[in-house]
Amino acid sequence: MSAAGAEIAAEVLPPPSRGLRFGWIRRIGHSKVATIGLLIILFWAVVAVTAPWISPFPPNLPIRPMASAGVRAPNGAVFWLGTDHLGRDILSRIIWGSRTVLVYAPLATACSFVIGITAGLLAGFKRGWIDEALSRITDLVLAFPALVLYIIIISKFGASGINIVLAVTLASSPAIMRLTRGLVLALRTRAFVAAAQLRGEPAWRVMVVEILPNASGPLIVDACLRLGYVVITIGTLGFLGLGLPPPDPDWGGMINDTRKFALVFPHMVLFPCLAVCSLVLGFNLLADGLRELVTED
Amino acid sequence: MARQVLRRLALMLATMLAASLLLFLLFELLPGNVALSELGPYSTQEQRDLWLVANGYDRPVVIRYLLWLGHFVIGDWGNSRLFMAPVAQIVGVRFENTAVLGFWFFALLVPLSLGLGTLAGMRQGSWLDRAISVLCIVTTSIPPFASTVLISAIFVFSLHWLPGTSSMMDGFSYRQLIMPVMALVLYDFGYIARITRASMAEVMATQYVRAAVLRGLPQRRVVLRHALRNALIAPFTLLMLHVNWLISGVIVVEYFFAFKGFGSLILEASLGKDLYLLEACTMITVFMAAVTQTIADLGYVALNPRMRRA
Repeated sequence: MSAAGAEIAAEVLPPPSRGLRFGWIRRIGHSKVATIGLLIILFWAVVAVTAPWISPFPPNLPIRPMASAGVRAPNGAVFWLGTDHLGRDILSRIIWGSRTVLVYAPLATACSFVIGITAGLLAGFKRGWIDEALSRITDLVLAFPALVLYIIIISKFGASGINIVLAVTLASSPAIMRLTRGLVLALRTRAFVAAAQLRGEPAWRVMVVEILPNASGPLIVDACLRLGYVVITIGTLGFLGLGLPPPDPDWGGMINDTRKFALVFPHMVLFPCLAVCSLVLGFNLLADGLRELVTED
Repeated sequence: MARQVLRRLALMLATMLAASLLLFLLFELLPGNVALSELGPYSTQEQRDLWLVANGYDRPVVIRYLLWLGHFVIGDWGNSRLFMAPVAQIVGVRFENTAVLGFWFFALLVPLSLGLGTLAGMRQGSWLDRAISVLCIVTTSIPPFASTVLISAIFVFSLHWLPGTSSMMDGFSYRQLIMPVMALVLYDFGYIARITRASMAEVMATQYVRAAVLRGLPQRRVVLRHALRNALIAPFTLLMLHVNWLISGVIVVEYFFAFKGFGSLILEASLGKDLYLLEACTMITVFMAAVTQTIADLGYVALNPRMRRA
């Protein structure tokens, strides 16, 4: 598979440069797809940051069970999206739930990328036994279906934010390592790398300053896709009852708690579903648009 | 070629052995966990100690691992505490159900995604290509746990066409299989279709395909005889690696529809802390993943002559 990775990598690589290339950021506006994706993500980011001010009710306060959308609370305020089986306002829970997702998904993705990129750089640049050892560990982790790995880890060490981040890091850094390694293999024989080595630059500098910026395009696209995937993962864990402990709102958990009532009160499951789908769609659209922009570079 | 096959098979065995060691260390390094799992939380320490000695858990770790592995290889997977039956028997029944689900999943997924991907990639930039691309990106943004809810809302609660659970209490029923298969395919076809599209678009731009077009061959012939063969290499590899993904997907879908399959069994085993059952299930998933990855790698080499000397 690594050979295939290198083959793909070679086609999308920009010409050599030093320092990060941020030309594509300025050109995000040129891609309609990327702009829509970015706007959706920004919308949820604003919602998450302003949650205490924009949510009409406290997220965990039982007020009036099973109210449908548009019904008024005793104090006159409106349940715009209705309430759940315990009488908690669904809109407020979705708003507060965005915080859970937008804290843990980027955190877990960042951890995976730090480990994955470090391992990939070492394996692809140093080769030899380091490459062999890291590649075998990667094969081993990738032999477990991701969700099985999550279930084993969470059921053994308990459900908490930190454990979810650790589990996601363990499960996704091998794939990032493979991608980085493929990109590095395609770059390490290029003239600018040889020139840096002749100048006597230390190995870490060649890896981080010379090679990494030139491999950044495909990595950034992968990061966007992976963010969407981690949002799905956190939702799935909540849905299976392995997510963050109640009562704090978590979109996947909201769906699981109320799906029993879907026959009579479809609004309870429908709105959290739409929230997850829209955020994932945002990341997928952004990744799709960026892929084209990065290739243009 | 033969050397490559042997090397890949050796690597597969090594991966499976390493995974088994990892699982053993995780689950059985501390024998106390095993006793707790088998005797339940209300057993006394004395009972657990006696049980451990009676079942040979006082032996050194290395011997225990080798014995455990041996038992595993010959199919002696212990008894399930949750189901009060031999693990092998339960896993067999559940696995069969999921195999049926998996068969229909692939039977639907392969023609749908390869067909759409080929149509879109044939004429890059056409309205058909754009429509398919939008459809794909939207459906891949609906995770299985949401798609199960959404399609139930449509086909079960609004239209009353299909049953909302697939527990198959009164024997096997194809009607109850439709919803789980649909949920899995809906999330997944877009991804494969997009890879097929990219691969197809790339092949359509190559010199040899353009030469075939310029020679005046009909487009149907160019696509079917010349382009597809090369365009399908990447999707084939991906489909094999997909068995691994399918296991993750069936956990969610089987849980939602109460389908008595292998995916829901993994979840039940881990939530119910049924150690022997969980060990067997995870070993099987690792086994399947390792085998399909090997097939994918070898298939890639076999389909792509350029890789043979690599």
